Amino acid sequence: MEKKLVVSPSPHIHSGNSTQRLMCDVIIALIPAFIVSVIFYGFNALIIAAIAIVTCLATEYLITRFMLGRENTLWDYSAALTGFLLAFNLPPAVPWWIVVLGSIVAIGVGKMSFGGLGRNPFNPALVGRVFLLISFPVQMTTFYHPAALDGTSGATPLAVVKEAVKNHQSLSEVMPQFSYSDMLLGNMAGSMGEIAAFALILGFIYLLVRRVITWRVPVYVLGTMFIFSGILWLIDPEHFVDPLFHLLTGGALLGAIYMATDYVTSPMTKGGMLFYGAGIGLITILIRTWGAYPEGISFAILIMNAAVPLINKYSHPKRFGKTVTKKA
Amino acid sequence: MLKTFKIGGIHPNDNKISKGAPIEAMPLPEKVIIPLSQHIGAPAQPCVAKGDKVKVGDLIGTASGFVSSNIHSSVSGTVVAVDAQPDASGVRKPSVTIAVEGDEWNENILRDATELPDLDAKAIIDAVAVAGVVGMGGATFPTQVKLSVPPGKKAEFLIINGVECEPYLTADHRVMLERPDELLTGVELLCRALSVDKAFIGIENNKPDAIRLLGEKAAAHKGVSIEVVPLKVQYPQGGEKQLIDAVVGRQVPSGALPIDTGAVVQNAGTALAVYEAVVKRKPLFERVVTVTGKPLASPRNLLVRVGTPLRALIDYCGGMNESVGKAIGGGPMMGRAICNLDGSVTKGTSGVLLMDASESTRSEAGPCIRCGKCVSVCPMGLEPYLINAMTKKGRIAETESLHPYDCIECGSCSFTCPARIPLLDYIRLAKTEVMKIMRARKS
Amino acid sequence: MNETLIFTVLTLCVLGILSAVALYFVAKKFHVWEDPRIDDVEKMLPGANCGGCGFPGCRGLASALVKADSMEGLACPVGGAATMKAIAEYLGRVAEEKEPEVAVVRCSGSCDVRPRTNKYDGVSSCAVAASLYAGETGCLFGCVGFGDCVAVCAFGALSMDPETGLPVVDDEKCTACGKCVKACPKTIIELRKKGPKSRRVFVSCVNKDKGAITRKACTVGCIGCGKCVKTCPFEAITLENNLAYIDSYKCRLCRKCVVECPTGAIHEVNFPPRPVKTDEPAAPKSSPEPVKAKRSQPATENATMQ
Repeated sequence: MEKKLVVSPSPHIHSGNSTQRLMCDVIIALIPAFIVSVIFYGFNALIIAAIAIVTCLATEYLITRFMLGRENTLWDYSAALTGFLLAFNLPPAVPWWIVVLGSIVAIGVGKMSFGGLGRNPFNPALVGRVFLLISFPVQMTTFYHPAALDGTSGATPLAVVKEAVKNHQSLSEVMPQFSYSDMLLGNMAGSMGEIAAFALILGFIYLLVRRVITWRVPVYVLGTMFIFSGILWLIDPEHFVDPLFHLLTGGALLGAIYMATDYVTSPMTKGGMLFYGAGIGLITILIRTWGAYPEGISFAILIMNAAVPLINKYSHPKRFGKTVTKKA
Repeated sequence: MLKTFKIGGIHPNDNKISKGAPIEAMPLPEKVIIPLSQHIGAPAQPCVAKGDKVKVGDLIGTASGFVSSNIHSSVSGTVVAVDAQPDASGVRKPSVTIAVEGDEWNENILRDATELPDLDAKAIIDAVAVAGVVGMGGATFPTQVKLSVPPGKKAEFLIINGVECEPYLTADHRVMLERPDELLTGVELLCRALSVDKAFIGIENNKPDAIRLLGEKAAAHKGVSIEVVPLKVQYPQGGEKQLIDAVVGRQVPSGALPIDTGAVVQNAGTALAVYEAVVKRKPLFERVVTVTGKPLASPRNLLVRVGTPLRALIDYCGGMNESVGKAIGGGPMMGRAICNLDGSVTKGTSGVLLMDASESTRSEAGPCIRCGKCVSVCPMGLEPYLINAMTKKGRIAETESLHPYDCIECGSCSFTCPARIPLLDYIRLAKTEVMKIMRARKS
Repeated sequence: MNETLIFTVLTLCVLGILSAVALYFVAKKFHVWEDPRIDDVEKMLPGANCGGCGFPGCRGLASALVKADSMEGLACPVGGAATMKAIAEYLGRVAEEKEPEVAVVRCSGSCDVRPRTNKYDGVSSCAVAASLYAGETGCLFGCVGFGDCVAVCAFGALSMDPETGLPVVDDEKCTACGKCVKACPKTIIELRKKGPKSRRVFVSCVNKDKGAITRKACTVGCIGCGKCVKTCPFEAITLENNLAYIDSYKCRLCRKCVVECPTGAIHEVNFPPRPVKTDEPAAPKSSPEPVKAKRSQPATENATMQ
């Protein structure tokens, strides 16, 4: 008897892409920013990241195993990535139980309650983060300036600006305390992963080279932020901060590059991405300028996440041959 | 900046391991099984019976209907059966089985002729029809039908498809390298048949030797203007619609034919077949087949008689071995898996590819992570993930609004999917079902 | 204070009355009259919305029943005769008598009788596999075995037998809605008369190839020898394209053909065991009969072929 040949429909080869590889690549891209936060916040950063990742993995395992009765899905690394991203969004001195709670909400409510990977409408890490921000406003907004490791708390640049505007101070009085080089290198108060712009951009380049994400969503988000805040700044520089300041603070880069581009919760088509990215940029600046919170990209992404099914329904890719009708 | 098509596309490893192997004639097999349906359209009607003696090039099946093609004997010998025989997919199709005795050619074939006869368009098309030439890129559409421009439409130029974007395959590449003069004469004939005076030869940039050689010869060519267009490597550039877009920048509208853009596309191998049909009066009964694959001892490009069992080709190139898991007729992206190695080489067999057992089976599909990669690679601008999901849920009729009928089955979506979802499997199903619904509505 | 109170109460009252009047007129204006009997008939139907009657859901059938003049051609396969009789009584008409039917799988090509010649590795769908190629075995007509029929069955009446790789119909649950018949790309499943006490005789094969080819692919296939046709006293069996077919409405369940069939392709179900005094084996499938036939038959088959 001859050997049985395998028969399957074409194509017979595969690119080698896999969900695990993509998730791993995002985790790798986050590492430079993580190193920066370890340098600035030391052991704390390691502990928070470890707690977040372990809790996320454990939550996912318990839910798939005992509630859904499915095979364990830890090895697609999506839960690990959620934990890592959540840690990036937390202040460096947050108590451990808040990290645990946030991770459980992120995976349990943000992801598994919708059916697991691929079904969640909202970015799980942001669901966790916003849940914590609303439930524990004090702990979640107690930041430390990296230079002051002795424990004196400091406000994030955006919070400082917001306070100043509220007190009718002129911006030219508060602005000189910030320098762009500090922001690039991460020498400012903020969440663990949002502080070092250059490290985040390094990760972005890695993701682009590995073709994990395209340039579209991050550029649309940051571009809209830049243009919108630029217009405001040109109108009244004493009242509105300059656009570059907006881009380098408040997790704008972290959100635009790593959170808004989350596959599951972002649109499929180029047109949809433009609408989605521009929406995030616009809402972010609106919240930052007139809203109650000093920073708004988390909310902006969640709001636009909610619109993604609708965007997918109405934005279709450009079909081949549809536009060209001219006959010579 | 090299030209290419505008929407989607992927870059698989090209694995052209046989590109250095010159074309060699394969020894005659003991027996050939020639299917009477090697083309799109109505099967040919057999015109020989059991016991008849035939020579190489004798007509054994006559075209029945407008879209059909003549079938000729590829060997000389005795007809031993006219019945249904399983093809490479195991489906039984009417075939003529001939026992090979010697190699005597039909005396009408001018084996040494090289003179270009002075023929008008109709005479050329007739000669092509008589010789049973079909599209040799794999679609096997009868060439005379494609050359007969429907009334009211006008061909402006001819595009020769020398892209060979399928990984592994090198048959067209070798033809372009080894038979450039005949090929260009074939192009000249095709242009005359279509009454056009401009021809493009699209060749991907991974074949610089072919681009250079044909470029030089085309520049020196007397007659119609032939231009070699180097293209950026990208799959599926060999798709008819993609190639027109890449070469002249016109897109065939959905539901329309390439001729609506003024372009007629012919494969490089077809151009050679047309040359032989017109100049040498030689019917299409042999073709160049790439026999390749990593498990194979010596990948080659063979000139094979139609009807030769696929097994004979594999044996000639080193034979099957333990590590072979899958055999494919054609390339790895669009070729069909072979389940019956006793099936025959047909006019459309561009290659026989053996896959290692480790690459033969698919990995298990995971959940869709909605990354949108399938949408971005689809050369037709469709939404594969959506068509797949709807079809799986049994909502096939509703997929019509997603235009599955535009799908060219290139496989880019399945190729790229990180969750390993076999998107094309279900899209193909949706395509056939939706086309059935649309036809039913029309009638 | 008082004024505010009175004013508020009055405003709300006036608003309420105005709205009520507006709603009343809107309801009058846009009222669509529907025969109330449709609702009643719909309630009498099983409410499975299976589409087995040919209408999109039970309401479709109900409105067709109410509108039509007679019950002809309108029947609920799920509810069966009892339901249709009740509806006919309600509507004051005569119900069309229809024999209860059941889905029958006409393939017995299990793994051991139908050798696999290759390994399919596509999506688990009969429709996809069937459109791709001839199938995993030498038989072009037999069950593909990926359970498209099981997937469409709304009543859980079909299941795949893991041992044979073939679908099994649960007579009790099957409502003869015909969805599986449409879903099967090889048209193996057929609706046949259920028969008294679910007793049925049928050809469990749809292979139209010549005998020799069929036999090579599967030991229990119909080889089109025609013995059953000659045996049948009621002319219920016809032979077309090398395949015997038993008309379930002509068959009188005498079971003579079952004994005659050399490959055991004719099945009898739900009959009591035969008396053991004859040497004919009782069950055609489990007996050594097919094996014996396999040894003796090919010689004659080949002779006829050449």
